[in-house]
Amino acid sequence: MTTDTTTAEATAVSTPGETVLDARGVTMRFGGLTAVRSVDLTVNSGEIVGLIGPNGAGKTTFFNCLTGLYTPTEGEVRYKGTVLPAKSFKITATGIARTFQNIRLFSNMTVLENVLVGRHTRTKEGLWSALLRGPGFHRAEAESKARAMELLEFIGLDHKAEHLSRNLPYGEQRKLEIARALASEPGLLLLDEPTAGMNPQETRAAEELIFAIRDKGIAILVIEHDMRFIFNLCDRVACLVQGEKLVEGTAAEVQGDERVVAAYLGEPFEGDPGAAEVAEVEAAEAAAAPETTTPGTTTPEAATPTTPGESTSKENDR
Amino acid sequence: MTTTQTTTTVTAPAPTAPTTRGPLTLPPHIARATATAGGALTIISAFLAWTWTSAFPGDLTVYGYPGGLQWLVLVSGALLALFGLSSYGIKGLTWLTPQGADPAIRLASYAALATAWFSIIAISVSLGGVVNLEPGAYVAAIATLIGWIGARSLPYERPENHPADPEDSGFEQFKHNLSNRWTTYKSAFATNSARPAKPLPSYIEILIVAVVLALGLVVFTYGISTEYDELFIGFLITAGFGFAAIQKAGLIQRVTTLTARHRNVTLVGAFVAAAAFPFTQSDDQYATIGVNILIFATVALGLNIVVGLAGLLDLGYVAFLGVGAYAAALVSGSPTSPLGIHLPFWQAILVGAAASMVFGVLIGAPTLRLRGDYLAIVTLGFGEIFRIAVLNLDGTSGPDVTNGSNGISSIPNLSLFGFDFGATHTIGGFTIGRFANYFFLMLLVTLIVVVVFRRSAESRIGRAWVAIREDETAAEAMGINGFRTKLIAFALGATLAGLAGAVQAHVTYTVTPEQYQFAHAVPPNSAFLLAAVVLGGMGTISGPLIGGALLFLIPNKLQFMSDFQLLAFGLALVLLMRFRPEGLIANRRQQLEFHEKDEAPATLTKAGA
Repeated sequence: MTTDTTTAEATAVSTPGETVLDARGVTMRFGGLTAVRSVDLTVNSGEIVGLIGPNGAGKTTFFNCLTGLYTPTEGEVRYKGTVLPAKSFKITATGIARTFQNIRLFSNMTVLENVLVGRHTRTKEGLWSALLRGPGFHRAEAESKARAMELLEFIGLDHKAEHLSRNLPYGEQRKLEIARALASEPGLLLLDEPTAGMNPQETRAAEELIFAIRDKGIAILVIEHDMRFIFNLCDRVACLVQGEKLVEGTAAEVQGDERVVAAYLGEPFEGDPGAAEVAEVEAAEAAAAPETTTPGTTTPEAATPTTPGESTSKENDR
Repeated sequence: MTTTQTTTTVTAPAPTAPTTRGPLTLPPHIARATATAGGALTIISAFLAWTWTSAFPGDLTVYGYPGGLQWLVLVSGALLALFGLSSYGIKGLTWLTPQGADPAIRLASYAALATAWFSIIAISVSLGGVVNLEPGAYVAAIATLIGWIGARSLPYERPENHPADPEDSGFEQFKHNLSNRWTTYKSAFATNSARPAKPLPSYIEILIVAVVLALGLVVFTYGISTEYDELFIGFLITAGFGFAAIQKAGLIQRVTTLTARHRNVTLVGAFVAAAAFPFTQSDDQYATIGVNILIFATVALGLNIVVGLAGLLDLGYVAFLGVGAYAAALVSGSPTSPLGIHLPFWQAILVGAAASMVFGVLIGAPTLRLRGDYLAIVTLGFGEIFRIAVLNLDGTSGPDVTNGSNGISSIPNLSLFGFDFGATHTIGGFTIGRFANYFFLMLLVTLIVVVVFRRSAESRIGRAWVAIREDETAAEAMGINGFRTKLIAFALGATLAGLAGAVQAHVTYTVTPEQYQFAHAVPPNSAFLLAAVVLGGMGTISGPLIGGALLFLIPNKLQFMSDFQLLAFGLALVLLMRFRPEGLIANRRQQLEFHEKDEAPATLTKAGA
């Protein structure tokens, strides 16, 4: 049996600035409903790109088009110049790895085994190799194990390698999911709401982890609802609204964009709410999020006077 | 069991559980002595005469030598006495009870009590009254009762129960009290975490493993060769309670660590022990059972790859056994085979395995696109299609391939390297009959299946199977080709069944469609195979082997209840799933899965089982 274990460097490192992911005119229709309408998005190597949008904007549908769960009705997605295959397991082999919004670890496998499963596409030993146990088998197993332990060390879970993954605390499960995705040595990592359900400390740790992954030369695309997290993290942010890409740019540009604010919070209400109410809301929001406001721009939630009812809609998104 | 109240000052029972101590409760130090003495007395009673006539099987009339059921009472009494002595901290014996002796004493006392009283009642009933009992029987009854009273008076940590709400309806209160009592009762069997074993020299560890395997052989041989119903039921009682006691003592866990450390030694030892079985038999009577158990257990182990590892519920697995058997029978040179060719055995077994593999792929390719219940139903359908198709390929309804319901009969015996499997041989003074010959051959096949199972489970492909079982979507996202991986599991399982089928055809002389049904009174059939896997323990090697042995032996031995067999079988399954969902031999993984809260450790020391 052929045994072939490619090393991390083969796929992970690419020249900076090279386009890793190139989605052109991606449209996804379900019957009469157009969930995603001709969205273009590029991700370059060494870059963290955020994808935001209100609930139902088509983020996850677009994400599923990238990961092979859906085949786009129109348009195409290229990874490093090649059109993505239609099966999700083939996409992983080409170099795109993903995590899930609701954690989907193999809960009755150990932490180490979870990461080893992530190595599946980078190892080739089939059934015969497993049954005959030639020297190549042992070498590949040892190599996989070493690589998996390296990754566990990277996310700080090496001391828990023999624990069942279901027994890990929530934050560590999220980390393990990222390690499992990294084990497939991707050139692009797709993170679906990596901080959902995390407390502020865990969110900060996740931020650091994502930066560290970026420093390894892996491009990252993040879907997130936590605006503070995404604007800290991303080099570029794209905002999807009702299936269409509304705006794309740096965090500051997107934050300042009127349309984004409108999409999240709605247009200013015609019948002007009482001035006292507006002041109250503004004061409360300023108190809640003073540190995120960069000079010259304001966060979307603090930008416009809104009715109290609408101002909570953003909070519900989280 | 997080809310346990520590009542180590045992003389004062916990105020919240006041009513559970009956009139027969002794102070703790006396209780311990009583239990141990009860065990010793039980041993003595086994040497006395229990009845005056040898009309009851086993001849219990002799003073000074135990017979039949008395042996079982002797063993359970010895177990009780051993654990009792061990609880006194006697050097060397404490090794037997790493998790504390008291729960083990309690269960051993149940073993002694149940076995002795069962024997006495069986004697009285079959001979027509208690007048037929000799004093020895009364000694046994009283001795086991003493042991039991002593054991039940041992102190244990009582859980803090909430009293029933007085405003509830009577039935609610009754239910609540019942559940309180059940919790208290269960806590009597709660074990401490195991004391770490002192490191022993490697050769002693291997010696212990060998002794355990030898004991296993003795128990197994005894179970197979029980000659009458009473003895087998007594054996089940003793073995059941005894096994539970040993488990509670922590011995099983201790031995498991040893076998995990010396896995190859254990594997070889287990097969040497199994191969020794025919040498313990004077004639071929029980070797028949032995070889049938091996066939059944081996097929169950093959099914465990499909069900236990890959998580594919296959309800028509016996069809692959049938394909293998029919394929081997067709090329066996049987006069009723329409092919009329006679291949040597190694080719025949390969034909059987290959035919099963082809059918596995043919059936798997369309069905494995389904998940869960749908897959189960479709495989059930394919299993029946096989049987009915074979039934109809008789020359009238279809082409003449299988002779329909007559099957392919008079399959000639095998002959390998001049060794005629049909003849009786004498090896070193032991008579090895026809079935014993096939027993050795089948053991070889079992060994192959065990090695295939172990090696495939601990590899990239095995991890992919488990990943698919856990979460197919996530597994695909990790780059696992779900369909292909499942098809490999399905085809591998089918191939292994085909191997066993090729041997089975030669063992049984005849293959007929009726042997390969979904549910049938005689194993192997799909329902029993699945039950053997689930009952034994999914994803383990020893689980299906033990589950298969039990599921074959119990119906085979208890012929008198053949009318209620499926009922009893269903009842046993329900009870097992309620109280031990991970099966008799728990995969360490599953143990964690089902008993996360109670007693299982949080880590796996050895991945897999």
